[in-house]
Amino acid sequence: MSGQAAGSLRRTSGFLRKELLQILRDPSSIALALVMPVVLILLFGYGVSLDAEHIPVAVVLDDRGSASQDLLARLEGSPYFEPRRVSTVTDADALMARHEVQGVVRIGPDFESRLAATGTAPVQLVLNGVDSNRARLVEGYFDGIVGTWAAARIARGEAAAAPLVTVSPRTWFNADGRSTNFLVPGLVALVMTLTGALLTALVVAREWERGTMEAILVTPLRAAEFLIAKIVPYYLLGMGGMTLCVVLGLLLFDVPLRGSFASLLGVGSLFMLASLGMGLAISSTVRTQFVAAQASILAGFLPAFFLSGLLFDLDSTPLPIRLISHVVPARYFVGASHTLFLAGDLWSVIWPDVLALAAMATLLIGVARRRTGIRIEG
Amino acid sequence: MNDGVVAESLRKSFGPGADALRGVSFAAGRGAITGLVGPDGAGKSTLLRLAAGLLLPDGGSVRVLGLDPDGEVHELRRRIGYMPQRFGLYEDLSVQENLRLFADLQGVVGDRRDEQFERLATMTGLAPFGDRLAGQLSGGMKQKLGLACALVKEPEFLLLDEPTVGVDPLSRRELWQIVDTLVDEHGIGVLVSTAYLDEAERCGDVVVLDRGEVLDIGPPARFAAAMRGRVFAVTPRPGVPPRRLQAALSGQPGVLDVSMRAGRVRAVAAADGEPIADLPALADDVAEVAATTPCFEDAFMARLAGRSERVQVRAPAVPERTAGGRVAVQVRDLRKHFGDFEAVRGVSFEVHEGEIFGLLGPNGAGKSTTFRMLCGLTSISDGEATVAGRDLRRAGKRARARLGYMAQKFSLYGSLSVLENLRFFGTAYGLAGARLRTRIDESLAEFGLGDRRRDTAATLPGGYKQRLAMAAALLHEPDILFLDEPTSGVDPVARREFWLRINAVALAGTTVVVTTHFMEEAEYCDRMLIMARGAELAIGTPAEIRATARSDEHPDPSIEDAFLILAERRTEAFA
Repeated sequence: MSGQAAGSLRRTSGFLRKELLQILRDPSSIALALVMPVVLILLFGYGVSLDAEHIPVAVVLDDRGSASQDLLARLEGSPYFEPRRVSTVTDADALMARHEVQGVVRIGPDFESRLAATGTAPVQLVLNGVDSNRARLVEGYFDGIVGTWAAARIARGEAAAAPLVTVSPRTWFNADGRSTNFLVPGLVALVMTLTGALLTALVVAREWERGTMEAILVTPLRAAEFLIAKIVPYYLLGMGGMTLCVVLGLLLFDVPLRGSFASLLGVGSLFMLASLGMGLAISSTVRTQFVAAQASILAGFLPAFFLSGLLFDLDSTPLPIRLISHVVPARYFVGASHTLFLAGDLWSVIWPDVLALAAMATLLIGVARRRTGIRIEG
Repeated sequence: MNDGVVAESLRKSFGPGADALRGVSFAAGRGAITGLVGPDGAGKSTLLRLAAGLLLPDGGSVRVLGLDPDGEVHELRRRIGYMPQRFGLYEDLSVQENLRLFADLQGVVGDRRDEQFERLATMTGLAPFGDRLAGQLSGGMKQKLGLACALVKEPEFLLLDEPTVGVDPLSRRELWQIVDTLVDEHGIGVLVSTAYLDEAERCGDVVVLDRGEVLDIGPPARFAAAMRGRVFAVTPRPGVPPRRLQAALSGQPGVLDVSMRAGRVRAVAAADGEPIADLPALADDVAEVAATTPCFEDAFMARLAGRSERVQVRAPAVPERTAGGRVAVQVRDLRKHFGDFEAVRGVSFEVHEGEIFGLLGPNGAGKSTTFRMLCGLTSISDGEATVAGRDLRRAGKRARARLGYMAQKFSLYGSLSVLENLRFFGTAYGLAGARLRTRIDESLAEFGLGDRRRDTAATLPGGYKQRLAMAAALLHEPDILFLDEPTSGVDPVARREFWLRINAVALAGTTVVVTTHFMEEAEYCDRMLIMARGAELAIGTPAEIRATARSDEHPDPSIEDAFLILAERRTEAFA
């Protein structure tokens, strides 16, 4: 019995050793597992921002009064806007048409007089609504500026009657309202999907393409030993990529990690195992790297991108999409990751995600185990 | 008795109409080598995979060492060795690391492992290359490493799937010596499939497979003996090119097989005493017809001749252009570097119009690189090359319009029909309208593709794909036809047919430049360059090359013998 165990251990460690040597010698696996996370985080951190800042707007100021001057000064002082003075509405429209400005602010000639007479006066805001999300954001910022301007007037006694109800907003978890704080925790899931599903499916398909699988199958190596030797190195590689991602997020983008790193590692491990299970399940049926790449991008990467809540809040998506998202492992990890990064180790919130990930990891690795045979045919 | 591989009514199918084995029965004992030969799609690899338990049979049974590859697969795999095609090596691991992996997987450890490694290293000559990556070994070395990996555990039975494809003759000979030793000294059994019919002669028994059925089983000498009196060597009159004689003889009634051997045409008659000499087509060209000693190949070709469609290659009676005219390809001191590695180290030769010129050598000799430079597929590092009167380094594009190219791998569109493929390639070469239609009709007729014009290319049998590829390359009637390993991975029967077609193309006046790693195919060439390690090993007509190698020891060397002798002389010169 112990002789058998020793044999099994030797086969597994021998195959594992081979796998590690191949990873070390293959620049493309290192690139996918460790360089890709860096590229993605830089791209998302610097390039993809869902925030709107320094928005160019054209300002047509037909009124010379102090109230409108004050409003303009506040616009100029805001980090969200970069106002450009133009003399006519026609010029402003031209700038809009050339995409040089995102919006037009127009203060009419009777602004001051109407304000003095009735206490209210209209300010026109024209927005480029092609990107509707962004237009809404800009509108919000503009409302905010007008609000503070009005409040200041009341404080100075220039305007009467404060409204009866005021809203004093406070944002929890991401007080600065920065999208990097939201993106980086989700990005971790993307990076781990790349290593877990894509890289693993590719390396197994490569063994088929190069004919080494056939030679390996005819040795006493068992299917379970094969799977363990494939899981361990890519698990380590994936967790390395995740750590890299987290460290860069903390250092470069000041993303807060309010929970513990240990919890993140724990939940991340479950997600990594689910991804590896998916990669190995794909590679148990696929024989070429081309198909392996397509299948793992369709089944792993794209859902992790669009159906995980990484970019969009899933609660605001249509019901069918929300239902589909429940079979995407990344969904649970992204949810847990958001909590761990932005709120803390709130186990009562994370538990359901952890259970779902554990179930999916077990299921997917189980499928891979069932489908991985010791013969050429399935 | 049930010591080796025993198959009984073994059946395997890969779907409707895709029967790989249709009731195969045979026994391959221990202490002997059993060969598996047959055309492509005969079921050789499937048979070996069933024996290794990589596939499960649909019917009948196979037992190896008395074990069932289904139920007792783990026990079986501890006791057999298997080498798949392409050797199954990890090219990014070193020789040592590959051996160590297979030793771990086979449970060979400690002192026993060290002893095995030393024994295998000595046996295969791999000892000095322990740290070299497998991917950087020559084809012959890879093959030996693959064998060493399969032998780590001292298997009781060895399964080899075309172990020598594309390997140089010297390594091929060495591999067979190793296998012979294993059988003689250790008493193991070997079942080996091969595309080289001369290798079949080295087996104790040969199983001839065709389309999933056993045609015959027996010792190769018995096959050969049955052919006595039916094999003739036909010597052409002086001045008559032997390949013209070959073309004339092929397809004659009563002639089953025609090949070239040492400057003479070898013909196999359908029955005893068939009056080959009396065939009217030969009257003017033949100097002598003599009965000669039959070999296994003659029997094999004769056995298969009746089973496949007869090839009728139409050759013009009188050559339209005679060889030895103007120079079609001129190469001087051609070199190619890949970084520090010099793949081609200064070769020079010329090819005359209407000639068949062969570039020969084992895989990795530099012949493919030389070939690609001539076709304009890769840049020239140094030296001069003129094709169809145009300097490749200056007017590569214009030179290319005058040449036809057939790639090693099937490079037509699998989802298009025969007709659509021809139309596309014709248009790509600038043919249009009535001219295109005429050329397509001519091609369909010439290559026997008429009945299959509507078939999708991917569904064509191997031989037909080859024909279509050649038809596409010839559609624009190029001055020079380049063929890159047209017979690699093609079975002996299809190879014969293909050379007849090449012959016909050349007889019609097209210059042909062809690469091959089958040394015996050199006989079909008018002149050839044999390369080894990037440089010229020999150049000349087959007769000239044989003459250089002739000695008291080898009074009548074949081209393959010549290669071995010349390679040996070169090694001695270095030492």
